[in-house]
Amino acid sequence: MDLRIAHLYPDLMSIYGDRGNVLALTQRARWRDIAVEVRAFTAGQDFDADWPDLWFFGGGQDQGQDIVGADLGGPNGAALKRSLANGAAALAICGGYQLLGHEYLPENAPAIPGLGALDVRTRAGTVRFVGNLVAESPDGLLVGFENHSGRTYLGPKAKPLGTVVVGNGNNGEDKTEGAVQDHIVGTYSHGSCLPKNPWLADRLLAWALERRHGPQNLTPLDDREERAASEQAAEVAKARA
Amino acid sequence: MPDPQTLIANAAGRLARAALQLSGRGGTALPGLIALTIDPDFIAAVASELAHGMVLVSGTNGKTTTARMLSDIVRGTGWAPIHNRSGSNLERGIAGALLADGNWKAEPTGDIGMFEVDEASLPRVLGAISPRVVLVTNLFRDQLDRYFEIDQLARRIGDAIAKLDPRVTCVLNADDPIVAWLGQRHRGPVLYFGVDDPTVGGRVPQAISDATRCPRCRAALQYERVVLAHEGDWSCPSCGLTRPDRDISATRVALTAISSEIEIRTAVASVLAPVRVPVAGLYNAYNALAALAVARALDIALPTAALAIANFRPAFGRLEEVTVDGRELRLILVKNPAGFNAAIGALLETGRRPRLLAALNDRDADSRDVSWIWDADFEALAPVVEHAVVTGIRSRDLANRLKYAGVARDRTVVVDQWGSAIDHAIGAAPEGGEVVVLATYTAMLALRNELAKRGHVANFWED
Repeated sequence: MDLRIAHLYPDLMSIYGDRGNVLALTQRARWRDIAVEVRAFTAGQDFDADWPDLWFFGGGQDQGQDIVGADLGGPNGAALKRSLANGAAALAICGGYQLLGHEYLPENAPAIPGLGALDVRTRAGTVRFVGNLVAESPDGLLVGFENHSGRTYLGPKAKPLGTVVVGNGNNGEDKTEGAVQDHIVGTYSHGSCLPKNPWLADRLLAWALERRHGPQNLTPLDDREERAASEQAAEVAKARA
Repeated sequence: MPDPQTLIANAAGRLARAALQLSGRGGTALPGLIALTIDPDFIAAVASELAHGMVLVSGTNGKTTTARMLSDIVRGTGWAPIHNRSGSNLERGIAGALLADGNWKAEPTGDIGMFEVDEASLPRVLGAISPRVVLVTNLFRDQLDRYFEIDQLARRIGDAIAKLDPRVTCVLNADDPIVAWLGQRHRGPVLYFGVDDPTVGGRVPQAISDATRCPRCRAALQYERVVLAHEGDWSCPSCGLTRPDRDISATRVALTAISSEIEIRTAVASVLAPVRVPVAGLYNAYNALAALAVARALDIALPTAALAIANFRPAFGRLEEVTVDGRELRLILVKNPAGFNAAIGALLETGRRPRLLAALNDRDADSRDVSWIWDADFEALAPVVEHAVVTGIRSRDLANRLKYAGVARDRTVVVDQWGSAIDHAIGAAPEGGEVVVLATYTAMLALRNELAKRGHVANFWED
């Protein structure tokens, strides 16, 4: 079996350890004898919408995000949207999460349109949310670190990924963190996210494999180190909250 | 004569310092903070008395080593530097240094200030005081939760440089695109340094997207040669911006496991013997080059400067070596992906299979966001790791990082207490063997405290 991962704009949208998410997906597939190929998809290329089983979209600096926004406004955005509609999975973090939503509304400026693949809207906030982030979900604890000034609000089609226990999450108001819609996950959790939240990594892997290989029951892995990292991070977060 | 407010600030700071010393604590931050609270202009007021002015050493990596090299260099020329040591490089650290090397009349006892300035504080410090030379070594992503974005930071530093007195000399790294671009903002003299050895480095910028875009037009930069991370021979294919001409460059860098030797060429032709840099790693060769560039800006003869560098001894946690029970501990401070990769590069060059003591903390001075470890190139290190003892507040994150990098489970052990972690690491190394200690700032302090308790090292503030 093989898995294809598209790393979106790795040259522009890869801060806060985003690379760790691709490493986690790759290793967890390889440990199950699934061959993995990772390709960079970046501005100026022509995206092959049929290739990826899974898209990873990280966070970026404001200026990088401008270039990415412009690129997604063209044929590459259409290709990404088509791919997602055809069942490819996606994990989008922070800036990537915002860009997959309907729009980003800056203060005192017209709205910047997003891809509209996730039913979420983001507006600029005045205070930046920086700190440990812990959220509870039915599948497990989501632990990480948030660093964003955007306030994201979920529409009816998007379900929250978790309920905030420590930190602010989507908007600091409604206790929601992240969004799930079909096979697309958006979150504000850096950390890196997937190495400490293996349940989420495996869920994405299963969705990604399903596209070309049908529904999968993934072999369980020994996640002692991952669990220990999650527990320690949650403990530190709660103690400092 | 300083004004009364400065004198009161000075007295309060000095009293605080004396009290802390009596209680046996080497408080490096509090006295400075007290003085600045009473007189926000304390630094400018006291520093105006320095005969040879002030040098500010800023940038993400290499500040401490470069500033220490520079202190040795100016001492070699007969000046008396005041230096904010021990990595305390916020404004309060500078104020603290002026208190430590001053008298009750708020007069400094030295004649040149050699101050490390945290890059995030640089815009504010430049607004408050007028140095003679400002050095920016490099700009990497560091503690993003505190500094946020490198572009934004570079813009703020650029804005501050644009307002500088034209008599100030900026010394900038030509190989770092965002640092080099800062030179465009300065109305006064700029001195560029860079590495021009065609055999050093590769062609692909390392996987850290700090600055692979043109600082002027945002197009992707092209590299003829990459020295370290995003430092190298860069140019923009879109707007034509290129690496500025180097006023002082290293035309050959020969690295060994414990030192390097660099051949220097300057814009003004001069014959100079190769400079011996007695600390390992390409990044330390860079630090030496930066120090030589500042020496030139201060009109210090390069042979004098080279001699001081040849006799250099590294600072706290910067490749310090400590012997414990017949094992050599090499202490390496790591705080961001670029610094980590540079340290790892130096380690791999030795060809040895390291035994590690790795410590990850997430306090303010470390970076509260530990996700940087996923950008650091543990994959390069993993295949040669013989054994790793992992400790610190976020030890489990680090152990998990090693797992994903491919270090076998039975080679990694997590140990919770600092002392036990040291014992384990020593126990895992053979007599006469070496343990490489990689630690973030407060973790290094804790480990070093433990070593000090056992009498192996001096307390760092006595250093």
